[in-house]
Amino acid sequence: MSKKIYSLGIDVGSTTSKCVILADGQDILGKALVGKGAGTDGVDKSVSLALEEAGLSLDDIDFIVATGYGRNSYTRADKSMSELSCHAKGGARIFEGVRTIIDIGGQDAKVLRLDEFGQMENFVMNDKCAAGTGRFLEVMSNVLHVPLDDFGEYDAQAKDAASVSSTCTVFAESEVISLLAHNEDVKNIIKGIHSSVASRVSGQVRRVGVKPVVAMTGGVSRNMGVVRALEAELEVDIQVSPDSQLAGALGAAIYAYENFLKKEN
Amino acid sequence: MSNVLNVLEKFNVKRSDLIKEYKAEGKKIIGCSPYHLPVELVYAGGMIPMGIWGSQGEVVLAKQFFPAFYCSIVQRSMEMALNGTLDVLDGMMVSIQCDSLKAFGQNIKRAIGDKVPYIHVAMAQNRKIECGIDFNETQYRKVKEQLEKISGNIITDEAVNEAIKLYNKSKVAMQEFVQLAAKCPHLITPTKRSLVLTLANSMDRKKYLEILTELNEALRAEEEKEWDGIKIVTTGIYTSLDGLNEIFEENKMAIVDDEVAEESRQFRTLVDEDTDNPIRALAKYLGDIEGCSLMYDPDKKRSDMLIEKVKKSGADAVVYIQAKFCDPEEFDYPIFKKALAKEGIKLVMIEVDQQQANLEQARTALQTFAEML
Repeated sequence: MSKKIYSLGIDVGSTTSKCVILADGQDILGKALVGKGAGTDGVDKSVSLALEEAGLSLDDIDFIVATGYGRNSYTRADKSMSELSCHAKGGARIFEGVRTIIDIGGQDAKVLRLDEFGQMENFVMNDKCAAGTGRFLEVMSNVLHVPLDDFGEYDAQAKDAASVSSTCTVFAESEVISLLAHNEDVKNIIKGIHSSVASRVSGQVRRVGVKPVVAMTGGVSRNMGVVRALEAELEVDIQVSPDSQLAGALGAAIYAYENFLKKEN
Repeated sequence: MSNVLNVLEKFNVKRSDLIKEYKAEGKKIIGCSPYHLPVELVYAGGMIPMGIWGSQGEVVLAKQFFPAFYCSIVQRSMEMALNGTLDVLDGMMVSIQCDSLKAFGQNIKRAIGDKVPYIHVAMAQNRKIECGIDFNETQYRKVKEQLEKISGNIITDEAVNEAIKLYNKSKVAMQEFVQLAAKCPHLITPTKRSLVLTLANSMDRKKYLEILTELNEALRAEEEKEWDGIKIVTTGIYTSLDGLNEIFEENKMAIVDDEVAEESRQFRTLVDEDTDNPIRALAKYLGDIEGCSLMYDPDKKRSDMLIEKVKKSGADAVVYIQAKFCDPEEFDYPIFKKALAKEGIKLVMIEVDQQQANLEQARTALQTFAEML
């Protein structure tokens, strides 16, 4: 039996580090997500955790691809690739027949258009602004004193969506403070915040076109309030998966496998 | 070693050194804002036209004049005016093609007009029809009078015709350089290409033509090499930002042609030579310019020009460099985006401004685009 090829993908995001290890480009042997991003020890920690789960050491790894905001700072990588390419690759593996991927991460939001073979054919990135990103939600979480992980549940219980603007995080923050001062229900505010994110991101999605199957990747995909708001805004079902946040690292690991084969041949 | 690299060294000149040199020679320097100003009049008056297109850095002092969401060329040029960088100028000429420039002219006059004489260059929107050309000629005669006052020289028709000839010759040389650079991307990297083309805005045009002619000769002697990377056509206002051209290089992108205001848009149209009325020839030139987002163009020829550039140069894609808060460019974007898509030409947009400390977002977009191609 020939030796297995082990590839590692590391997605160094702005707020989290994700790592996936594959055997022969197919089977996930180890995966990890650490809540610390670029410039922290979270990067090495996520690699160690994934290696531990896979029962491997770094010396066993044949090829490493780094992606994400901090991709160029991970010096052990054999190659760095953009997070958009990796999210497209990983997203196509997770969601069968996916044609549109909405990736909302810690500090940016991107929309990817894939062709019928899972190859990326177009993309749109947000402009240099935190509105409509994970950072926007973090700011709101701090103002409202509600943990981000609870946002989806609060949203589900809301009776109505309060009006929150989608133009600017700083303005939206003062609007939220004003809503609190007027005793608006926090659940309604959170639903309004999700509508605000959906309004902002849906503009980007429409620029590449809403083509089903639509899926969401990135950390914000864990927030079902945002997913529901986007579904309502775009009038389309959006698929999410427990591995959505790992899509970038998974894509990087697949690219690592492909690059290793290319190098060997 | 290729002679090209030796000649390229001559383009590695600091603008501040050039200014010192011109001042030591007793030459007066006239700052020229974007776009399409009658620089030939300045030259005919024995002065040096110096392009003022902002510069990279923070905006601190200019905030008292402009809101944050404003063209960074204007904001940074204003910053240079307020922090004394532009005090070396003997005059500042500003045009009015966009709303930002209109306010810039008024504000810079208010801010430093007592130190640096302000020269307002009004331009007719209906630049192609006779009355528009009449208006522009009248404006240019007023500009000429102001320049004569500053220089102390009478600007004769003969001198203007000579300046037009010199500038035309240098424009033809720049057009040739663009073609030659496309054949030698291993030597003329995006950084070097930008260095060569933007130096025209600072250097005495006669000297610039001399070194550019030398460079073109050296490039002609080079063998054409197949480029194993990506060939792109750039479009937008400017690409001369620290780090941006390096990102093109990181992704093995060679610029084989451009449709950039700071580059080809300045030299792709010539002025009529040897006319009885060279000032009118300069006014007519404004009407001859095609495809520039800053010049009224109901036909939106930019789309066809881009398609032609891609086809002629064999480019793989177009990179649109959106200068942040430049609304004339934003209005053009959906139009040429649609036209390029119809032709199956790939396009990516990146957004830049002169205040950015880093270009990570552009880096990600360009890397993704390169990987996608």
